[in-house]
Parts: sequence; structure tokens; C-alpha cells
Amino acid sequence: MRLDISDAEIRQLLETLYQRYHYDFRQYAPASLKRRLLQALTHFHCQTLAQLQERVLSDESVFPRLLEYLTVQVSDLFRDPEFFLAVRTQAVPLLATYPSLKLWVAGCSTGEEAYSYAILLAEEGLLDRTRIYATDINDGSLRKAQQGVYSLDRMKQFTLNHRTAGGHGSLSDYYHASKDSAVMSPTLKQHITFADHSLATDSIFSEVQLVSCRNVLIYFDKALQDRALGLFSDALCRRGFLCLGTKESVRFSAYAQRFQEVSGEQKIYRRVD
Amino acid sequence: MPVPRAVVIGGSAGALEVLRMIVRELPQSLSCPVVIVIHLPSHSSGLAELLGVDTPLTVKQAEDKEPMVAGTIYIAPPSYHLLVEAQRSFALSVDPPVHFSRPSIDVLFETASDVYGAGLIGVLLSGASEDGAAGLQEIHAAGGTTIVQSPLSAEVAIMPAAALALFEPTYVWSPNDIASGLMSLVSGRSP
Repeated sequence: MRLDISDAEIRQLLETLYQRYHYDFRQYAPASLKRRLLQALTHFHCQTLAQLQERVLSDESVFPRLLEYLTVQVSDLFRDPEFFLAVRTQAVPLLATYPSLKLWVAGCSTGEEAYSYAILLAEEGLLDRTRIYATDINDGSLRKAQQGVYSLDRMKQFTLNHRTAGGHGSLSDYYHASKDSAVMSPTLKQHITFADHSLATDSIFSEVQLVSCRNVLIYFDKALQDRALGLFSDALCRRGFLCLGTKESVRFSAYAQRFQEVSGEQKIYRRVD
Repeated sequence: MPVPRAVVIGGSAGALEVLRMIVRELPQSLSCPVVIVIHLPSHSSGLAELLGVDTPLTVKQAEDKEPMVAGTIYIAPPSYHLLVEAQRSFALSVDPPVHFSRPSIDVLFETASDVYGAGLIGVLLSGASEDGAAGLQEIHAAGGTTIVQSPLSAEVAIMPAAALALFEPTYVWSPNDIASGLMSLVSGRSP
């Protein structure tokens, strides 16, 4: 039988995490959060959230592991290839007109999305003048992203994605195989800065020409979605690009008027002014 | 009988025809939302259009944060889990597949049960996976009404049989009985 937890217990735990560790999950969409907390209870062999809370407070090593349950997304290189194809055909020609380029991949998890942009821009001859800021709240994910080491058996799918996304060359030009792993090329890493940043509590850090934040906003409640979209709007240069997940939209947000659709299907927008 | 506050339906292989029979029978005066998760290949998103032909009711893909409206039939978008939030709106997630499926029937059923409790009707149809059985059991445990397609009438019996192995649902019905029985239940009548 499934364990049960109440909304009050969840609120209590989230408040504790915020006070003690300054991670703010209080405005996350509750239904997903609850499912993830139930999985965490099983993993930590706890019967109740109160027990889990006790362990988080008494044992410093528990929180990073709990964070894995609350945040980690699995992504792929060139996930949703049609999206990257649309970036290549509709955004890149305009990005190419800037003398230097800054991109922000918000909620980068273990780095697949950031490396996908780096490869795409390398193929389009733009990587040399590009800096990609890839941010996340999970230090463990950021470390993995920095290492850029992915299981070799995922590369078959990634290669297919890359080709569907309009990739010119061979994906294998951008990694080397080492035992069972694919290690992303240092040339890509030179242009990516992985950094800790919270869309819930931090502010913007640079002006950028493109923000990519895909399948992150669906985990936020409406107020936090608005906060994030406000940050993106403020960080983007005039006419800068905003890329969201296939099922995400600026439509119902307080910032709807600030963005104009470039690709309705692939959820690519531009800042209006 | 009290009118249900929501209906959730799950199925996989062999469920589409039964689903169409159900949708055809839903009354125009339907006073609750109906939410559907059917496992389909990840790129097919035409289910809403397909079912829309069978009914004058609005059939649409559910969107993130969209309020659930009575008399509307919602379909989970391909490759996303569909969840119900306490304020009776939808949320999407790309969390890992459950029983190799995203969308997962269990995820919809469990979150809907959390919100609607005894006011929920859960329907589990033909299918080749065990997804949905645990979720339907939760609906049952929360006092909701549960309907399982009889394994003998199912094109693929694995899904209904998995539910029957867990608990005794309110009704075990053939496709015809599901269509007419659900029509009665959503109208507040005994089937």
C-alpha cells in the first residue's frame, strides 16, 4: 500500500528546507512534488515526512540526496530534435548578426541541453564568439554537467536526434569514447559556464540573446512561473529569443505582451521591444 | 445517486474502440470533466480530433495549469504525465515513465484520487501493461467508484487482470455495459 502524506506535512518540510538550506520549493506545483516526496520516503526508508524531516535536519548528507529526488530531470542531447531544427533555421540566422553571443540555459540539470546548443553553434560557426551560461539549483547535477560524461549506449539515440535536428557533421566529432562513456569535447566546455542559480530566489546576472528553459516551468506554480518569465524578459536583449518546452507557454502569464511568437509549435518567442 | 465530480479513464492496446463507445454515450449535459490517458506511440496527437467526431462535447488535449471544466473531455498530451492539482486544474511533468509509460495511467489516477476522493469514477480498459492497476486501487481505497473492463471482453487482458488481482472493483463490465453504465453514473442514476 502506498504511503500517504498530507499537504500540511509537505508545507512543513518545504519550509524547513528553505530555512535550513535556503532551497525554495514552496512554489513548486504540488502534485509532482508530492509524487517525488513519496518516492524519497521509500528510498530513505521513512514512514512519514516528519521522519524524513528529522533525518534532513540531523544528517547533513541527506539533503543532497533528497535534492536529487526533488530536482533531477533526465534529458538527452538534442531532445525534441524538431525544436533544435527550428532554432537552427529560425533563430541562428539572427543570432549570427551579433558580434558576441550569450545564451542562458536555465535549469540545465546534467548538461545535455547546454552541450546541444554548443554543438549546434559550433556547426553554425558561432561557438567561438559564444558564452553559454548553464544554471541549475542542484550542485550534484552541475558537477555532472561540468564533467560532460554520458553513457555510451545513449549515443545511438543522441546521434539520431542530432541528425534529425539538422546536424551537419558527425556527432562523434564532439565527444570521445572512453570505456563505456562518451566524454564531451573540451572545445565545447570552454564556452559553457555552469553555475548555481535559482529561478525562485536569485536575480539576473547578464544580458543574453537567447534564454532556453524547457520543461522546467511545468514544475512551478503560476506565481513562480511568472517570476521566472520576468527574469527571462529582463535578461534578454531587445528582440532576444526565449525557448520553452513544447507544452509550456507565455500565453497566460503576466508577461504575455512582452513576447511575440516565432514558432508556435516549438515554443520559440522573441522579446517584443 | 450523487453525480460524480470527475471521471478518469485509462487504457492501452485494444482500448481505443471501447473508448469511442464510451464517448459516444456521454450525455450532452455532462456535469463533470472526463480525463483520459491512453498509451499511444509518442508522436500521435490526433486522439482529441478522433474522439471529437463521436461527441458534441469539447474534446481537447489538457494543458499545463488549465482549469478542469465540467462537460469537457481532456486527453493527456503525448510524452507528458498528466496530474490533477488540488485547485482542480492540470499539471504536466516529464518525470520518468511509470511502467514504461509516459503519460502513465497510475499518475493520473493517483493524483485525481487525491483531489476528488469518493467523488471520482475510475475506468480501466483493455491494455498490455500493468499501468493503471495500482492507481485504480487507490481510487477504490479513497471511496471512489471503479470500473474494470472484463478481461474476457478485452482485446488484451493484462491491464484489467492486473487490477482484478489487486482488489475487487465496483463493476467488471463488457464494453457495452461500460458505455451505458457510465452514462447512467454521470447522470446520477444507478447503472
